[in-house]
Amino acid sequence: MPRYKAPLEDFRFLYNEFLDLSACAGMTSMEEATPDIFEAVLTEGARISEERLQPLNAIGDEIGCKFNEADGSVTMPDGFVDAYKDYAGAGWTGLTADPEYGGQGLPVFLGLAMSEMINAANASFAAYPGLTLGAYEVLHRYGTEEQKKRYLPKMVSGQWGGTMNLTEPQCGTDLGLIRTRAEPRDDGSYVVTGTKIWISAGEHDMVENNIHLVLARTPGAPAGTRGISLFLVPKFLVDENGNPGERNGVKCTGLEKKMGIKSSATCEMQYTAAKGYLVGEENRGLAAMFTMMNAARLVTGIQGLGMASAAYQAAVDFARERLQGRSLAGARYPDKPADPIIVHPDVRRMLLESKAFVEGARALGLYTGVQLELELRHPDEQVRQRAGYWVALMTPIIKAYFTDMGSEVANLSMQVHGGAGYVRDTGVEQFVRDVRITQIYEGTNGIQALDLVGRKLVGNSGENLKAFFEPVQAFVAEHAENDALACYIKPLEDAAGLLQETTATVYSKMSSDPEEAGAASVDYLRMFALTAMAYMWARQAVVAHGQLEKGRGRAAFYQSKLDTARFFMTRMLPDTLSLGERVRAGAGPVMTPSDEEF
Amino acid sequence: MKILVTLKRVVDYNVRVRVKSDGSGVETDGVKMSINPFDEIALEEALRIKERGDAEEVVVASIGAADVQQQLRTGLAMGADRALHVETESAPQPLTAARILLKLVEREEPGIVFLGKQAIDDDCNQTGQMLAALWDRPQATFASKVELSDGKASVTREVDAGLETIQVDLPAVLTSDLRLNEPRFVKLPEIMKAKRKPLDIIALDELGIEDAVDHQISDFQPPPKRAGGKILESAGELVDELKNKGLL
Ligand SMILES: Cc1cc2nc3c(=O)[nH]c(=O)nc-3n(C[C@H](O)[C@H](O)[C@H](O)COP(=O)(O)OP(=O)(O)OC[C@H]3O[C@@H](n4cnc5c(N)ncnc54)[C@H](O)[C@@H]3O)c2cc1C
Repeated sequence: MPRYKAPLEDFRFLYNEFLDLSACAGMTSMEEATPDIFEAVLTEGARISEERLQPLNAIGDEIGCKFNEADGSVTMPDGFVDAYKDYAGAGWTGLTADPEYGGQGLPVFLGLAMSEMINAANASFAAYPGLTLGAYEVLHRYGTEEQKKRYLPKMVSGQWGGTMNLTEPQCGTDLGLIRTRAEPRDDGSYVVTGTKIWISAGEHDMVENNIHLVLARTPGAPAGTRGISLFLVPKFLVDENGNPGERNGVKCTGLEKKMGIKSSATCEMQYTAAKGYLVGEENRGLAAMFTMMNAARLVTGIQGLGMASAAYQAAVDFARERLQGRSLAGARYPDKPADPIIVHPDVRRMLLESKAFVEGARALGLYTGVQLELELRHPDEQVRQRAGYWVALMTPIIKAYFTDMGSEVANLSMQVHGGAGYVRDTGVEQFVRDVRITQIYEGTNGIQALDLVGRKLVGNSGENLKAFFEPVQAFVAEHAENDALACYIKPLEDAAGLLQETTATVYSKMSSDPEEAGAASVDYLRMFALTAMAYMWARQAVVAHGQLEKGRGRAAFYQSKLDTARFFMTRMLPDTLSLGERVRAGAGPVMTPSDEEF
Repeated sequence: MKILVTLKRVVDYNVRVRVKSDGSGVETDGVKMSINPFDEIALEEALRIKERGDAEEVVVASIGAADVQQQLRTGLAMGADRALHVETESAPQPLTAARILLKLVEREEPGIVFLGKQAIDDDCNQTGQMLAALWDRPQATFASKVELSDGKASVTREVDAGLETIQVDLPAVLTSDLRLNEPRFVKLPEIMKAKRKPLDIIALDELGIEDAVDHQISDFQPPPKRAGGKILESAGELVDELKNKGLL
């Protein structure tokens, strides 16, 4: 079984040397967030992930959640209830939550590191606090004072869970097709009736109450997405004293059997005249839910990254130990019966692609986390807005690219392991199965690409794009004169130039034909992602180069950053060239064949 | 009663220790550092004693450069009430450490001084015993179970022959063994609170100690690489081989 070691050295590098936190200075969330708190949170977060959550990962996969037909309850695999108690008891569920409701109020970019660690250790487990946090965020923003007082403290403490209920049998991507109904009652509450499917964490025995956020239609609501409202439906109605009381009319009626994340309960939920409370305004439910979806999309990206990180570690360990064949350059370990496979160029390629993704994505995730923190909590409206442009642009990119690559890296790890990766014992095939869903839920990756070209490109009259290109150009200009850095800066400059050209092409074509945008979208998103990664790698290289020049210790660590940056620039970034070609080929080759040709 | 617990900053037990290229010590730059695991167990036990109502205060102490404050903060986050940092750039050996601790003991007058049985960096297993001798108080080392009553500690110790239980009068020095308990997970709100708990920095001369340099490092070397084994055909060959090496 893989043994997960949280990448603390890389986190420290990113927090202490790479990220520029000066823009956050003076924010209330930063008052407590001193470097020693970062350090303590990272070490303790690593500890609970490594010692408590990771050991349950394989067990959870083996046993899975159990549905009890008789009462519609769901039993978690052995050990999960206790682990959750430790996790919530230690306060992790409230890491970034508002202190007014019992949270610690630490910055979201610190929460992202924790997300990565728990997802690397046990992705099924991580889903539960992840969904609660999403539901918390919606209520915190759109709930009434009374709703917030009643529900948030126990969600923050982890005593209660939260879920999101969008999907129905006839409606996945297209939420306009929602049929679940909500009829108003005299007391201001609603009667919610309908069937939701594939609801993560819909029912389980780790929490005392579950707060479901449900999308439904009120009588006479406009058709399509403009007629959807959001309701809060607790599993147990909450009494005067704030305790769970009467059982509400919502019940789990079945669990899906599925490919991976087997101890994340995927529930069919039956709402039978359940009591619900409107959250936000009528017919504005989708907008509210999308607050949650945006944060959730970032975190879904981080899920992909977390599993990639764990799979990569397993691959490195294996490649050092497995002895097969001899180095093409002559035996490297003549005292052994064969060389470890880490000497072989193709194995190194797989390890380096994984490493370059994992460390580059970690940097991009945290960098975006800082922008998100600014967007959410900075006192200055202009700063919030500017940061928001970056976040809006990067959200679909991170969701899609991190999860596509999460899958890719899990598969590379399997490939490095050879047959040992395909058989169960090494635990690598579990990563391949577990990570796959991240490309599908929270909006499929295809939908992310449409979001990028359809909304984010044109959105905020081009400000989103400027939020990326301006800092990249300034950064390139700042370092253009330094020959020692040219091998990182020049490729970034070229890629950014090509991306700008391609953006113009997509933009001009799609105004006359929306299918052009649709046909280009996935390739365009990948191209953008690679360019953003190049920016992150160039920035890391500049920091590492500076530290090496100053003769700071840890030379091996900084050298490895430079080597990996070089690998990324020379072996991964050039994909942008072929992606550019594909985008330029336009919609014709995709749309010309008739449906019958398939 | 007050319990004084010592915390040593060491390279984390998961880290593969590497000797610095210039042989002046082991690599600690960028390496994960932790509380010596035995000390963490000692602190856990002290906290449990306090939570049972058998002690009023738990004080943690560490000797070393400024960075030991990280481990002291972790100790405070686990639940210690306050911390003492004896500042020195050198890494004192057990006898010097025991002398320094004795000064803290004289100031604090604890009922129990709880140490780890040894630190996992140099594995000396001496400081607790030396402190007891200097202090002229009883010691109960390698504790795997501790019970307190009527000013005495009943301590089950792990010894070569198995377990033995002894009673010592308090004040006394206790040192923890591995199986004494499993340290708790630190709670996030406690990490935040730990920032506001008192941490006193004490200079060596305040304790009447001139300096803590008690040894000179000439050279560090990694253990020599082990030569590969050899597979022999028969017992006879083995005997010959051993005779050739002058081992039989
Ligand atoms: C394990 C698991 C957990 C889940 N958890 C939850 C949950 O907690 N809450 C919840 O509400 N839902 C949940 N879901 C549902 C999930 O969000 C949906 O599966 C997802 O949104 C996709 O919808 P769909 O499966 O109906 O696919 P479809 O919408 O049927 O899509 C099928 C394919 O068509 C493509 N497609 C669809 N429309 C378009 C378009 N307009 N343009 C281009 N391509 C398009 C898609 O990209 C996809 O490739 C979960 C699903 C699973 C499997």
